[in-house]
Amino acid sequence: MKNFTLKIQRYDPETEKVYFEEHTVPYAKDLTVLDALNHIKEKTSAEIAYRWACRMGMCGSCGAIVNGKPALMCSTFCRTLKQPISLQPLRNFPVIKDLVVDTDDAMDKFREAMPYTEIQKRHINEKDETLQTPKQLKQLKQASQCIKCMLCYSACPVYGLNKDFIGPAAGALAQRYNKDTRDKIKDKRMDSVTGKNGVYKCSFIGECSEVCPKSVDPAASLQKLKVAGMFHAVKKTARTVIKKHEKNLHEIP
Amino acid sequence: METITGYDILIIGGGAAGLRSAIAAAETDPRLKIVLISKVYPTRSHTVSAEGGVAAAMREYDSVGNHAYDTVKGSDFLADQDAVEFFTERAREEIITLEHWGCPWSREEDGKVAVRAFGGMNVKRTVYAADKTGFYLLHSLFERSLLYENIRRFDEWYVTDLITDDGRATGFHAIHQKDGEQAVFLAKAIIIATGGAGRAYKFTTNSALNTGDGLALAYNAGAALKDMEFVQFHPTALAKTGILITEAARGEGGYLLNKKGERFLKKYLPKKMELGPRDMISRAIMNEIKEGNGFEGHTGPYVHLDIRHLGKKIIDEKLPLIREISINYADTDPVSEPIAVRPAQHYTMGGISTGIDCASTLPGLFAAGESACVSIHGANRLGSNSLAECLVFGAAAGKSAAEYCMSHHAKKPSAPENQVSQIEQEIRKILATEGDESTAIIRNAMQKNMDEHAGITRNREGLTKGLSVIKDLQERSKHVTIKDKSLVFNTALTNLIELKSMLQVCEVLFECAILREESRGAHFRTDFPARDDEKFLKHHLALKSDKGIEIKDREVALTKWEPEERKY
Repeated sequence: MKNFTLKIQRYDPETEKVYFEEHTVPYAKDLTVLDALNHIKEKTSAEIAYRWACRMGMCGSCGAIVNGKPALMCSTFCRTLKQPISLQPLRNFPVIKDLVVDTDDAMDKFREAMPYTEIQKRHINEKDETLQTPKQLKQLKQASQCIKCMLCYSACPVYGLNKDFIGPAAGALAQRYNKDTRDKIKDKRMDSVTGKNGVYKCSFIGECSEVCPKSVDPAASLQKLKVAGMFHAVKKTARTVIKKHEKNLHEIP
Repeated sequence: METITGYDILIIGGGAAGLRSAIAAAETDPRLKIVLISKVYPTRSHTVSAEGGVAAAMREYDSVGNHAYDTVKGSDFLADQDAVEFFTERAREEIITLEHWGCPWSREEDGKVAVRAFGGMNVKRTVYAADKTGFYLLHSLFERSLLYENIRRFDEWYVTDLITDDGRATGFHAIHQKDGEQAVFLAKAIIIATGGAGRAYKFTTNSALNTGDGLALAYNAGAALKDMEFVQFHPTALAKTGILITEAARGEGGYLLNKKGERFLKKYLPKKMELGPRDMISRAIMNEIKEGNGFEGHTGPYVHLDIRHLGKKIIDEKLPLIREISINYADTDPVSEPIAVRPAQHYTMGGISTGIDCASTLPGLFAAGESACVSIHGANRLGSNSLAECLVFGAAAGKSAAEYCMSHHAKKPSAPENQVSQIEQEIRKILATEGDESTAIIRNAMQKNMDEHAGITRNREGLTKGLSVIKDLQERSKHVTIKDKSLVFNTALTNLIELKSMLQVCEVLFECAILREESRGAHFRTDFPARDDEKFLKHHLALKSDKGIEIKDREVALTKWEPEERKY
């Protein structure tokens, strides 16, 4: 009977010690990295800390660096990995304990994407659905698959250096709402995502799209936002000029 | 320890019901200050795993009354009919609201929100977003919640105990997992929206989070739990892992086949076939297996769910997640092979007893979603009614709590000093315990016990045995050693608290199930195989008392529909 060997990076916040621990788990063809970790937690190390919930690739909890690459542990199968399987916390985030990192900061970036539509308060009379054809819906399909697992932030070299950068997933989210035919606040959203630490900071290395477990392609979203941002800026400048011009016209006696 | 005050409403749980109630409260009065606290980031919540859809009478061929009747019949006439009417009247409005907020519902060619068929529903009324409805719903609500400045989130805080003062719920104690900080939160109203207790079972579709936390919090604080004996088993979960394969697979036309290749439901539900209610289909599958018509797998017997005839195009368009999951977790591409499935624990029909206004029996405490029992599902929930419940009663809870805060009933909340010190002491005691037990061993024993004795079929002997096992495990859970003494992301500690919550829920479940000597909906007693309206057309309310669990009866609210034989 074969075994899988895992090398897990531990971090104890009390002593601030970082160390590696090796564990073996019995071989099973369909064993995921998360299954292996759960086995270890059950049998030997109840104290090891990591996040997990749905075990089906939807909740986005269980991101870690698996053999050097950001991945969801529940969607990565041990048999496909080189041994020993190395597990480390996601990069670009402060480590809280073992494989648990602090993603509060990145989670807050989603606010900048203004991920909501214009209708601020529900009007009781508005009881009818807004029509949207399947073709229109398809426009936002890819960007809407994001599960906010933060693997892209972990892979993003720009976010690694500058924590104020809006980042890949928030960019994809802005693009997703921009693509919604029912949306009416694109201008405000473009203002929000094209600021000093907005989408232009992205240097299009594309690591984010490589690691995305849901094929959202945030890098493409960011590039599209850059292009849209230029049009948006031109439109805004033109509007200001026209306004100024109008004022001058009125001042002519 | 810090005391956090200055907020009006505290919402525990960041899934669909919690988020919906936060938004509803925030909209009721922008001056209200709302806390949304969860042991995880809201987008991790179990709502994300819901697949099939949300039910509402959307089309001209349908009506609120039809939806209500199907729900009442599905419940085996245990649902409160006034609550079901309230629910069905508001479901469409909620779906439209979500639509206005940007939720990407799947569409018909003419641009209208699409509907699909679902089990126990007589017409197509299940609105969906491919087969990731829960995911889209949860993220749409989460994203919308970012608009409201009066909603303050406390992510990854673990609530350990409710605090009561003078017979009212006034707050709770929680641990911030990131830094181990403890705090007491006080407010006028509290809403529990923490989901069910599916993880008490080994074979379940539920995520690791569903450990009955909110149910135990409420029960231990003196609120009543209702109808806890009713547990739903979903007919089609992946045979090895229990990962959910949505009912929409059958709604879109999938077949259930035994090892002879027969659509065996013709023997059980000839009119409804694969679109029968979950309790009956789960029993039918177990019966097929018992009669030797199931397949034998290394993780137990199973049947086939066959969607090949739908074709790749429909599967990719309407059931993409099912395809992804089957390929990843069962090595099966449903485009070319049938999927191996068997019934798994899926939903806690019982919960914190509330009325239509979502108020529990404890003043100041409200509940919504799976953790609540209004009851609209009675003895058996229909598929796609639970997401609708999260929306309708999430909104109702937010509104009720807001109104409660603004009414003269709501006194300034306070925490009795001895309660807080007792909570602190208890945590210190758990961490200091030097015993020879482990959480994992006790949890495995509990799960095995639930699968065996509180499953799809039950009898007095098994239930009595099951209850005594739980009592023994409760005792053993006092002797678990936790090596990690810090409060920073101490999952060994939170796992133990979760285990204790589940054991508490299991104890109530068994007590109620033993008393209910009839078969109704998902509660099937082989020793009492018939429904007995004379004795048991009633709810069970379980309350904590000095003598243990006290169980009271409550009448079922009947408005329009007299109980009749439930035939499909």
